[in-house]
Formats: sequence, C-alpha cells, structure tokens
Amino acid sequence: MTGRIHSFQSLGTVDGPGVRAVVFMQGCPLRCKCCHNPDTWDFSGGSEQSAEEVFKRILRCKGYFGEKGGVTVSGGEPLMQAEFVAELFRLCKADGISTCLDTSGCVLNDSVKKLLSLTDLVLLDYKYTNSDDYYNYTKCRIQDVDNFLLYLDDNDIPTWIRQVIIPGLNDSEDSIRKLAEVSGKYKCVKKTELLAFRKLCVEKYEAMKIPFELIDTPEADQDEVRRLQEIIDSEN
Amino acid sequence: MNFEQWNGFADGDWKENINVRDFIQKNYTPYTGDASFLAKATDRTKAMSKKLSELLAKERANGGVLSIDVTTVSSLCNYAPGYIDRENEIIVGLQTDEPLKRGVNPFGGIRMARSACEAYGYKLSDKIEEDFTYRTTHNDGVFRVYTDEMKAARHCALLTGLPDAYGRGRIIGDYRRVALYGIDALIEEKKKDKAEIGKGHMDTETIRLSEELFQQINFLGKLKEMAAMYGFDISKPAANAKEAVQWTYFAYLAANKEQNGAAMSFGRTSTFFDIYIERDMKNGVLTEEQAQEILDDLVIKLRCARHLRTPEYNELFGGDPMWITESVGGMAENHKTLVTKSSFRILNTLYTLGSAPEPNLTVLWSKRLPEGFKKFCAKVSIDTDSIQYENDDLMRPIYGDDYAIACCVSAMRVGKQMQFFGARTNLAKLLLLALNGGVDNVFGTRIGPQMEPMQDEILDYVKVTERFKVYLEWLCALYVNTMNTIHYMHDKYAYEKTQMALHDTDVERLMAFGVAGLSVLADSLSAIKYAKVKPIRDENGIIVDFETVGDFPKFGNDDDRVDEIAHDILVDVHNELKKTPAYRNARHTLSALTITSNVVYGKKTGATPDGRKKGEPFAPGANPMHNREHNGAIASLNSVSKLPYSSAMDGISNTFSIVPDALGKTDGERVENLVSILDGYFMNLAHHLNVNVMNRETLIKAYENPEEYPNLTIRVSGYAVNFCKLSREQQKEVISRTFHTAM
Repeated sequence: MTGRIHSFQSLGTVDGPGVRAVVFMQGCPLRCKCCHNPDTWDFSGGSEQSAEEVFKRILRCKGYFGEKGGVTVSGGEPLMQAEFVAELFRLCKADGISTCLDTSGCVLNDSVKKLLSLTDLVLLDYKYTNSDDYYNYTKCRIQDVDNFLLYLDDNDIPTWIRQVIIPGLNDSEDSIRKLAEVSGKYKCVKKTELLAFRKLCVEKYEAMKIPFELIDTPEADQDEVRRLQEIIDSEN
Repeated sequence: MNFEQWNGFADGDWKENINVRDFIQKNYTPYTGDASFLAKATDRTKAMSKKLSELLAKERANGGVLSIDVTTVSSLCNYAPGYIDRENEIIVGLQTDEPLKRGVNPFGGIRMARSACEAYGYKLSDKIEEDFTYRTTHNDGVFRVYTDEMKAARHCALLTGLPDAYGRGRIIGDYRRVALYGIDALIEEKKKDKAEIGKGHMDTETIRLSEELFQQINFLGKLKEMAAMYGFDISKPAANAKEAVQWTYFAYLAANKEQNGAAMSFGRTSTFFDIYIERDMKNGVLTEEQAQEILDDLVIKLRCARHLRTPEYNELFGGDPMWITESVGGMAENHKTLVTKSSFRILNTLYTLGSAPEPNLTVLWSKRLPEGFKKFCAKVSIDTDSIQYENDDLMRPIYGDDYAIACCVSAMRVGKQMQFFGARTNLAKLLLLALNGGVDNVFGTRIGPQMEPMQDEILDYVKVTERFKVYLEWLCALYVNTMNTIHYMHDKYAYEKTQMALHDTDVERLMAFGVAGLSVLADSLSAIKYAKVKPIRDENGIIVDFETVGDFPKFGNDDDRVDEIAHDILVDVHNELKKTPAYRNARHTLSALTITSNVVYGKKTGATPDGRKKGEPFAPGANPMHNREHNGAIASLNSVSKLPYSSAMDGISNTFSIVPDALGKTDGERVENLVSILDGYFMNLAHHLNVNVMNRETLIKAYENPEEYPNLTIRVSGYAVNFCKLSREQQKEVISRTFHTAM
C-alpha cells in the first residue's frame, strides 16, 4: 500500500512525548488561516511511498526513541489517508514502536476508526472554542471535532488536546476557560497543550504565492502563552 | 613496595608493579546517584575565578597574548615559581613565573618561535637565537630529509598541519603515577628497565631506547626539582586528596613546560582522585566543599595553560586550544560503572567556574552508565555547550577500561600506548588532482603520477574511481614516508622525556593519519554516480569547475547509496596506508577530524563536483556538508554512525548543533531527549559527538558584538573554543553550519 508523503523528520521532540520520528502526510481538506505548512495542502503533491518504505525509515530511528518516544504521523491531514497510516501503524506496533497521530479530527469513518484502534496517543488540534470561528478560520466544523473527541473518549484512546494561541483570535481568558471545560469533560484527555502562534511560515507562503491572511497578526508572546497554560493546568 | 601514604587502600598487583588501573579497580567507589550532593562555588573559589577572568580579559585586550618571556627557553626548572594568588591557591604551579605569560619553546623549530614572538610585537632574545644556531631542532632535522615530493605535497596543501615545526603532542603521560608512587619509585623502575636492556644485544633499537631511558630518568629528577621549587617533596607518594591532585598536576605541568605539543591531554584522572577524596572524607578530614575546591583549583590552573603559536597555526587550530582533554565516566571491564562522585565534581567545575573550553571534558558514554550521570551530562551540555561524548562501549573492548582520549578523539591506553600525530590529508583535493592527471588546479603544482586530465564530456563513475585509486595509492605511500621522517626527527631532537617517563618502557606506538573533506568527496562521487557531472576546463585543459545536473544522494540523510561511498573511502584509505610500514613498528590508525582546518582546506581547494564552490569551507570532521541534511538530525547521525571505527580507530568526529526548542519544550524534556539521542547514536556504534544546544542568533550576535560574549563556548571539531577567539572566517563558517530545528 502506498501513501502520499510530504516529508520525513527523523528527530521530532515537540509532537508527542520523547524523541519521535515524524511523518508528514500530504494533503489536507482544511484551510486554517494560521497553517504553517501550506505546502502540505495539495493532495497531488508530495511523493508516493509504500508503508514498508516509510516503516523502514522509522525503524532506523528506533534506537533513539528511549522509553517514551516513537512515531508521530502528522500532516497535512493523516485521516485523509487513514488506510495507509493504519498499515504503517500496524507495522510499527508489531515492532513495539509507540504510535501517535497528530490530527484535526475532521473525519470519522470506518477507516479512521480502524486507524484509531492502532493509535497509542492522539494529538487533537482543538483550534477554537466557538463554532463560527472554527468554521471561518479553518473550514472545519466544530461538531465533527467534538464527535471525534467523543469517539476517542468512548474508546479510551489517550489524547492530548492542542491549541495554537493566536493573539486576538483565541487568546482571551474566556476562550481558554472554555477550552479547559472541553478538556475536563473527557477522561481520555491526558493533557492540554497550548502552542504559540509563530510566523516562520511567511516565506513558504511567499514562495507559493498564496496570501498569508494572518500576516498582520503578531506572534504570540511566550510568557503570555505560559500564563494561559497555567490557567488551563489549574482548571483541570 | 609499601608506603605509609597507602594506608587504607586495598592490596593488589599495583603494590608490586606500576599498575594504576589495578589500584583504581581495587579501590574506587562507583556512584549511581544524581547530582544533588554537589557543592556550589565557595567564596574563595569565586574570588580566584574573578582574578582569572580579569587576567583573561587583559589577555583578550592585548590581542590574545598577555605577555611573552623571550629570554628563557621553556623547561621544567627554568622559571621561578609563579602564582595567581599565593595565599589562597590550593593547587599551585604555572608554566612560567606569571599567569598567562607564555614561554618560548624553540626545540620544534626556531623559525616558528621567532615568528610567533614577532606576531605579537616581541623579539626573541639574541641569546636564544645564538644558542640555537648551534642546535639542531626537530624542524631542521625534518627538512634535511624531506624529499621534493614531500615538500610539494605540503606546499599545495595536500598534506597540511604536519607536526614538522612544533611539538607533535597527543601523548598522554600517566601523570597519576607520580601521585600513586612518588618520583623515587618511578626512577627505580626505569633504572631497572635500563639495566635489563643492557643485558641483551645492543642494536639501533635498543641503543636508542637506552638513551631515551637515560633522558626519562634525568627528567623525572628535574620534575622532583621543579616541585621542590614550589616547596613540595614529591619523592614519595601523595598522602591525601590535595596532594594527589597536586602531584598529578605537577607531572602534567612539567610536560607542558617541556613540550609545546599540539594537544597536551590530561588523561583520565577524576575517578583516580576520587579514591583519595573518599579516603579523606572517611577519615573526616575533607568536606564536599573542600573536595570541590581542590578540583576547582586544578581546573583554574589547567585553564591557565598556554603555548605560543603563530597566526598560521591558529588558522588550522583556531581559538588557542590546548586540548587538555580529561576523560570522564565509562564502564569497567567487569561491567561496574567507573563513574564516581568526582566524575560529577569535574563536570561541576563548568558551574562553579563557569563554562570554558578547557579542560576538554570528554564523557565516555555507555548505554549502561548510571541514569543520574547521563542526565547530569545532558544538563551540562544544554547549559554550557562545553562537553563532548565518545563511545565507551565501542572503545572499551579495544583499549580496556583505563584508556583516555588525547586531543579530540584519539583513544589510547594510559601509560601503555603513545601516538605519532599525523595531521591530515585533503581528500577533496586528491580527487581534483586525479581528475587533472597530477596537476593541482589551485597552486599549479605538478605532483603525483602524471597523465592526461580526464577527457570525458560527462564524468564516468567507474573511470573516476579507478583513477582515484591510483592517486590514493601514491598519496598513502608518500604520507606514511613523510610521517616516518617527521617522527624519527621528533624522537631524535624533541623527545618527550617527561611524558615518556610516565609510560611503560615497552610502549605500543600508534601512527595517526587523518583525512579532511570526507563528506565533500563522498558527495562528489555520489554526484558523478547518480547525477550528470560535466567538467569545465580552462584554456590549458585543466578542470577548474563542474556543472552538475540532476539530484544525487547526499551524505547525512541516512541514504545507503552515498553512505556506503563514505564508508568505503575510510576503508580504502586505511588499507592503502597499511601497505607502507610505519616508523618504530607503529600501528596505522586513521581519523576523520579536521579541528578548524576545514576552513583553510576549503580555501585551498578548487570547486568540487558536489556543487561546493572553489574556496568554500569543507564540513568539519566527518560531518555531512552544511545544510544538505533534509531528513532531520537522526538521519544525519545515522549516516555518520555508519562510518567504520575499525578503519578509523583514531576517531570519527561529528559536531551536532541543535536549537533548544527542537530538543523539547521543558528543561526536563530536553535532558531526557538528549539522553535518548546519545543512547541511540552510540548504540549504532558511532564514535564521537560534540553537542551544541544553542540558537544561531546567539552566534550572530556574538559575531557582531564579541566583547559582550567573552565566555561563549561552543564545541567545534573535537574540542571547545571561546567563539570570540576564532578568526572571522572560522566564526562565519560555524554560523553557516546546520542547526537542527523542529519543523
């Protein structure tokens, strides 16, 4: 089985616990205005690789994983190639490699359910806490994400909720408390992680000649994100 | 032998024979806990450290050299005792009569000594000039014998950095022997050895050895005299921790006064010292603070060590390094760890005294090191960028458990093996020389087998590699012969009497060759094999540039297609070298290590088929070329780990720089992740890793405002430097290197 791969990062330490190999899948149905990988959107981009091929590269990193690390599949949107990722995860798990899925949670079908049964940890992007913003800024419906989260909870799949904090959009204390409420509601949620909005991607947008709509939005202040993180941690 | 100073130590062979390893094995206390026991800097240490900082600031302000004694030839007893702050020093002894004042050492070559003085506005005294007109230096001897071809290879920088005008270094005296046995017992042993030799047939070998023993004994006497000048009688063993450190340091100091070796490494002492510290603590005469102070003061002295160098030398070995390498940690052959509390204490000096390049702290990493020690090392790396790691699990089966690292990556059994240092040859240049049929396209030198430059429109991989082999064969024979000449003359005119006195008489010799431009050559051959490389010729038909069309696998991406090429290069070079016998039956070893010479080598090398332009720096050591790694840090580490240590037992140096954010989000995560990375890398049988955890922006700021970053320390190929002491070109090269970032 083959999948469309955007790239392979052999050393990841910020997408899940420990040292991780990160596979970036090609193609995404969402159009998040804060997206820092616009080059992963196009479903016809990237390169076609077999699950075995990708697995072999992951295996080359296995010695570095330590007790906590493993593989993370990110994107793009890995759910759009759920069968491929499921096959990759099957190979990984058979070799004792822990699997982590970094996703928007925008789809839940049988292939996705099968994939989730092979997933040790889900990193779920929960981008906004109200449905209008959600749709306007991502082209994804909040109900789909909530459904996805409910399914994770029903099936006891350990989950980290992650949110990119964008000044002026979702950085109000009110919004953060709502996010804490969501996290608190589901026992599958083990951790809620706030990430700072950065603009390192501007060059990519320029090179691709796509307008970066948040060009005038300032980067999130690290201290402020830390303060908001403390609010979340104290709520849960 | 028996001495009252040995009370409380367990018996063993070490009491019958000179056997420091046995003493350690019978007496040390492994420590498997964490760093929480460590003491902070005392007020005394802080005050001493401040005095040193002020001296260093003066040295910087003075153009890098504080002062030079131009009238005295450096040797063990030629200077009055020197102090930084006599009343408050715990460990004493300076190279000259004042801190940071440099001595002159013309035994390697008078020209080098003269021009080094002149470079800093001094003039070598007439007296020394006069004396040395009647003396043959090592440099004189070498040039009496060098062939035209050797000179040509040196001139066009095919062989560079050869130790033919300065001390070869890379010899580690077992300085601990002085502490454990005292000078008198060591002299007795050497006298016995000399008498034994006299009983057999006297031929060139034995007569030479016998004369060397005479010199060794003579200089052990001088070492005792030097210590006496500081008020210490070191004829008997050290009686406590402070004396053990002092005696050991005196021995090192004597070596440093006698020799201006390129690398003057310290050995493997912390676990040895720990035995004395533990005994004193058990006897209630030493506290943790005092133990730390003793090591702090030792390190302050080591940070004062200096040799006088020329600006040309600094281009090759940037940042005024001494390579006072101290090897820390590792495992014993019986699988117990050799980590003791003093392994922590020596690393702790980077906190008590602040980060600094010297001593060159080298952690011998094993999968089985205690977790607490691993984490402390990782923390120290992240905080200070001052330590390097070498694979104990790879070296222990070869060198046993009492080896140490000389210089950057050269392992040897302490007191049992020595090395003939051999700088390196430029492999990228050799490829260009082969393509051009024996004409160097930068210097115009005709050298090596002479044939037509390659005529093909597009270079053919098979033809190129066949031709390269011809030139490699020629070069390796020339290289060994050149080294043989250098080391014959070094033994004859600048023999390391003090250091060799602290070796077994029957010493094993290694001859350490080196390569530069490994990744340039591998990528170039890969380009020829997998892309289309069209040579561009000048009006004389000499290839001066290349047009490379299409993509090709690049070293540093865990891609076997090119990694195997790099692997085979080391195997081939080593095999070729072995074909020419080495002086004194030395064993041929090889390193992929450049120090900072990758910049100069690049400058003197034409454009290469991998797309590197004429004059551009090579990657340091065995590193992949800058910014050609597209699959992240682990893929890059994997490529380097495929290089065969069995063919490059003088070391495979890799420098790894990563931004803090790419190592994890919290301090705790970063420590854990760095431990995982080191475990993974070394389990792959990799040999060496320099670790820098920093942002490129910091280096750019330091480049722009050096005065604001006087202590910024970074690891480069096999050692650490103050970033600000590098030349502007070297600084730019460091900034241009790959910094692994998160996506």
